[in-house]
Amino acid sequence: MGKRFILPGFGLTLGYTLVYLTLIVLIPLSALFLKTESGGWAHFWQTVTSPQVVASYKVSFGISLVAALLNGVFGVIAAWVLVRYRFPGRRLLDAIVDLPFALPTAVAGIALTTLYAPNDWIGHLFAYNQPLGSIFSPQHPFGAWLATQAWAKDFLGREGLRIAFSQLGIFIALTFIGLPFVVRTVQPVIQDLHLDVEEAAACLGATRFQTFTRVILPGLLPAIFTGVTLAYGRAVGEYGSVIFIAGNLPFKTQITPVLIVSKLEDYDYSGAAGLGFVMLIASFVILLLSNGFQAWDNRRRGVA
Amino acid sequence: MSIEVRDITKKYARFPALDNVSLKVESGELIALLGPSGSGKTTLLRTIAGLDFPDSNAGRIIYDGTDVTELSAYKRHAGFVFQHYALFNHMSISENVAFGLRVMKRSKRPAESVIQERVRQLLEAVQLAGYEKRLPSQLSGGQRQRVAFARALAIEPQVLLLDEPFGALDAKVRKELRRWLREFQDRIKLTTIFVTHDQEEAFEVADRVVLIDKGRIQQIGTPDEVRKTPANRFVAEFLDLPAEATASIPA
Amino acid sequence: MAGAASSFPTAARLHQPIRATSEPWYVKAILIGVVFAFFTLFLFLPLVVIFQEAFSNGIAVFFSAFTDEYTLHAIQLTLLTAAIAVPLNTIFGLCAAWSLTRFDFRGRSLLITLIDLPLWVSPVVGGLIYVLIFGAKGWLGPWLYPDADMLAHSAIARFLDAHNVRIIFAVPGIVLATTFVTFPFIARGLIPLMQAQGTKEEEAALSLGANGWQIFWRVTLPKIKWGLLYGLILCNARAMGEFGAVSVVSGHIRGQTNTMPLQIEILYNDYSAPRSAAFALASVLSILALVTLILKTFAEWRAERQLADAAASLDLPIKR
Repeated sequence: MGKRFILPGFGLTLGYTLVYLTLIVLIPLSALFLKTESGGWAHFWQTVTSPQVVASYKVSFGISLVAALLNGVFGVIAAWVLVRYRFPGRRLLDAIVDLPFALPTAVAGIALTTLYAPNDWIGHLFAYNQPLGSIFSPQHPFGAWLATQAWAKDFLGREGLRIAFSQLGIFIALTFIGLPFVVRTVQPVIQDLHLDVEEAAACLGATRFQTFTRVILPGLLPAIFTGVTLAYGRAVGEYGSVIFIAGNLPFKTQITPVLIVSKLEDYDYSGAAGLGFVMLIASFVILLLSNGFQAWDNRRRGVA
Repeated sequence: MSIEVRDITKKYARFPALDNVSLKVESGELIALLGPSGSGKTTLLRTIAGLDFPDSNAGRIIYDGTDVTELSAYKRHAGFVFQHYALFNHMSISENVAFGLRVMKRSKRPAESVIQERVRQLLEAVQLAGYEKRLPSQLSGGQRQRVAFARALAIEPQVLLLDEPFGALDAKVRKELRRWLREFQDRIKLTTIFVTHDQEEAFEVADRVVLIDKGRIQQIGTPDEVRKTPANRFVAEFLDLPAEATASIPA
Repeated sequence: MAGAASSFPTAARLHQPIRATSEPWYVKAILIGVVFAFFTLFLFLPLVVIFQEAFSNGIAVFFSAFTDEYTLHAIQLTLLTAAIAVPLNTIFGLCAAWSLTRFDFRGRSLLITLIDLPLWVSPVVGGLIYVLIFGAKGWLGPWLYPDADMLAHSAIARFLDAHNVRIIFAVPGIVLATTFVTFPFIARGLIPLMQAQGTKEEEAALSLGANGWQIFWRVTLPKIKWGLLYGLILCNARAMGEFGAVSVVSGHIRGQTNTMPLQIEILYNDYSAPRSAAFALASVLSILALVTLILKTFAEWRAERQLADAAASLDLPIKR
């Protein structure tokens, strides 16, 4: 690591860095806090706890969690398959993992909406009169059970399972957006696994499943937690890929960023700032959490 | 338990890792597989353990009369100790040692109290009594290898297979563990096969030595036999034998 | 750990599958199938949708989408924004990487965390913060949207008014917001690389009499070029594709403040325009995304080689 001030340019580069950071990041971010404060803390509290806003928290933070967890499961499987198996198309799969990272969010948004809209592409397969959709119809036992579940009411439409313009659609969009995070965080850990440990478990009489659950998986947990947290952080703030497929029904399919925008349009700057402030704090907490998991992972693997 | 290796061949791409290897190990024997790196000694050991498999129809592995060639490693019940310990880093020492017992089928699994007692006895036998709760990262290399031994012995295997077990340790610890292994094996008379490239180690510990090079067995014999009557040039050169010994090599 | 015949078999160095460390074939088949299904559903299908919809009305209609003056303007604005944001962030990234990896000082790790911040904040917040400063009711609002009183008292307000300077709902705001959300990428591409590479070579150049500029150009730059390229590619992709932050500051004024992603939104929601128009634009950005992926993989691979070389020459374990 660099020694103190031997190389030239410290003042210049650090100065530019600090100025840039201050102007572009720090001052604007502090505007969040100050604008909130200038509107009064009472107004702030009222805004961030109003029923519509709280409902949006449930949508944004709740569905993001489910999506992140799903990515946790499939991400581990994908990482394992991509590292350990050889099959045609592996390189292609490996490369496409980063698509959600590279694709503009608006593009992803309209593609997913078109894909799952009721009369389109895949969406129409879920109409009650279609074979796949019939599972969800009230005539079918599964569909009948589903209709009794409060959380499912939102996406059981009149004519079929409603994916686009329902919470299910938001879930799909947020899963898309978080997909690379778990895969890319877990892949290097799997790559560094020492096979002799797995062989030792086998010689001791463990079946492959036992080896995986007792020996391999515990070693992957820190990385999995890190990846899930990263995916969660990304999903919570996501805007472009969600607003097309969401439907934006207040209390049902409205995400918090949408509320920020609508407050701005109403010129309620301090309200918008307050919400923005809440989202900033939430992002910060999630960031700290993921750093913590990452540190745990580094500690674990440092002693491999 | 006796081990018989019959006509094992294993080819990687074009070169043979094992070329028609046959070997018989008597019950209770401690034999060393000795040879330079790349000679196939580790491959042979792993084939005996079930971690590698011979090319199809190219040989058999027989444990005490039973053909185990088609059995995967987890069914063979052979204790294996690795050069780099291969301990389960997220588990405590006692959990490591108990692992083999805990993954047994319910019907065969001993009671928890029995497991704990066995762990305690084994740790005592390897001179690590009281270390139950520690983590592998808190132990030295020599200690970790002793845990590995205890772990392998916990399942009461019929054969012990050691892959350069002291290779990662420094000289003093190596000597101590070597001595300990010899005494231990003398006591319990467990069939043991260990791989090494260090001839001093092989000669000090083994009842018989198997010299391997280029996938072929070059000579099998007691340390004395091999030193006095080397079978070919390789043996003489590898063991750095003085000129008189080489005189007995057939042309 | 660079031993010739290492007895540490890691998955990356396997020649053959070893049965004790792999699953039965049917488990593998199921898992591979699951992964294929998951990826098809979530990744491949959306891509297929974009291109299929773009061409659903025929090739002629596809190309006619690009003759629309608003669309053309959107493309121009996107390119302009990227052309400003990316170089600005590159300079910042280089400066930040230099000061943070070549020197040791208190607060280093805090700065590194701060640099990551825009990646964590919702894009909407990224646009919001500039509205709070430059918007009509923002801090600088009185100067940017002066009333008669202000015009009378402030020379700055008169100047801004005379030149019709607006930030929000105008191009400068879009550039600012885009700069905010994309500036971490270059720094993040460079910092780990430059940290692993150490300062030996630069110090050697210094002792030979080179000045700061020369050291940078001749010694550092060649070593980091792939990390720099990697950061540039990601920065550019995000700059051209940013939606949330730009949407907040732009005002959606057709022909003036719409970037490509915003234009896609407008076309998509516009029932008078054929749906293929929105997807035609989207397909262009998708191709950009695919090219980004290819270039990124290539640059990442090369950068990792440089990282490995650096670690090997310093006898350090590779830390990411």
